[in-house]
Amino acid sequence: MMSRQVLPVGFAVAAMGLAFGVLVTRSGLPWWWATIFAAVIFAGSLEFLLLGLVTAVAPLGQVAAAAFLVNFRHVFYAMSFPLHRVPGVAAKAYSTFALTDEAYALTARPEAQSWSRARILGLQAFVHVFWAGSVTVGALGGTLIPPEVKGLDFAVTALFLVLGIDAFRDRRDVPAVVVALACALVGHAVFGEQMLVAAMAMFTLFLLARYALRRA
Amino acid sequence: MPDAAYLTSVVAVAAAVTWTLRALPFAMLAPLRASKVVPYLAASMPVGVMAILVVHTLRDVPHHGAPVGIAIAATVALHLWRRDVVLSIAGGTAIHVVLASLVFTG
Repeated sequence: MMSRQVLPVGFAVAAMGLAFGVLVTRSGLPWWWATIFAAVIFAGSLEFLLLGLVTAVAPLGQVAAAAFLVNFRHVFYAMSFPLHRVPGVAAKAYSTFALTDEAYALTARPEAQSWSRARILGLQAFVHVFWAGSVTVGALGGTLIPPEVKGLDFAVTALFLVLGIDAFRDRRDVPAVVVALACALVGHAVFGEQMLVAAMAMFTLFLLARYALRRA
Repeated sequence: MPDAAYLTSVVAVAAAVTWTLRALPFAMLAPLRASKVVPYLAASMPVGVMAILVVHTLRDVPHHGAPVGIAIAATVALHLWRRDVVLSIAGGTAIHVVLASLVFTG
């Protein structure tokens, strides 16, 4: 069942999971919160972002807005994901819960439209177990790293930087990057710690206005 | 430090919002396919959202500018060169750890 496409995804997930687990321990949270975040939220880039928000005890409204904006891209995945191949309410519930970037990417090929329920759920569970397992190992191992080692939290910056470069490769949208950076700097100057939601709201308004102007 | 009740609420809110975004579109596939603005937003948002998140992660760093600046340049260069997400993050973070722990210790 584990095809040649699934294993490399598993290794990439495990590497990011180890890094996330280490950061959870380094942020001062008990290690098992790493496992709970990974198993229950199961959205990698959001979990990295949440770590900074919870250590600052950000309001829940900000957590909800951050989750909405960071994961809005998932709305698009319903158009190609073969959920019609997964009968049963419980199976559909799990399959939509575990509809990560990796699950979407692995089922984006046309032949996935005829895969069996066992194969689709199996690859989703494989990614889920790899993620939660590697996060737990990272969180337990993170306690062994001496406190003199500083700056590991740069992994979060690097993650968003790399995802941003990949998104830019898909659509070379220079104005969007410039406006987003301006929104972030204005949001930081005006709202300080609470900049995230304000910056993303301004950026979304810019996209909607540009969309309306192009259609006009 | 956040307490267990707060952390539990954060996990519940984040999981509920994420699952809703993943599950709800299947219930409204027809209007979603007809809509033009939703696919436009889904495709245009990521690059800007990631740019904002990069700035957000750097909001506390001004007095340690050099390690972060060098590590960002190294991460971008690695990623443009090899296009390997894990390698770029591991390489950039390793450079930042060395600079922050051993070089710019003040």
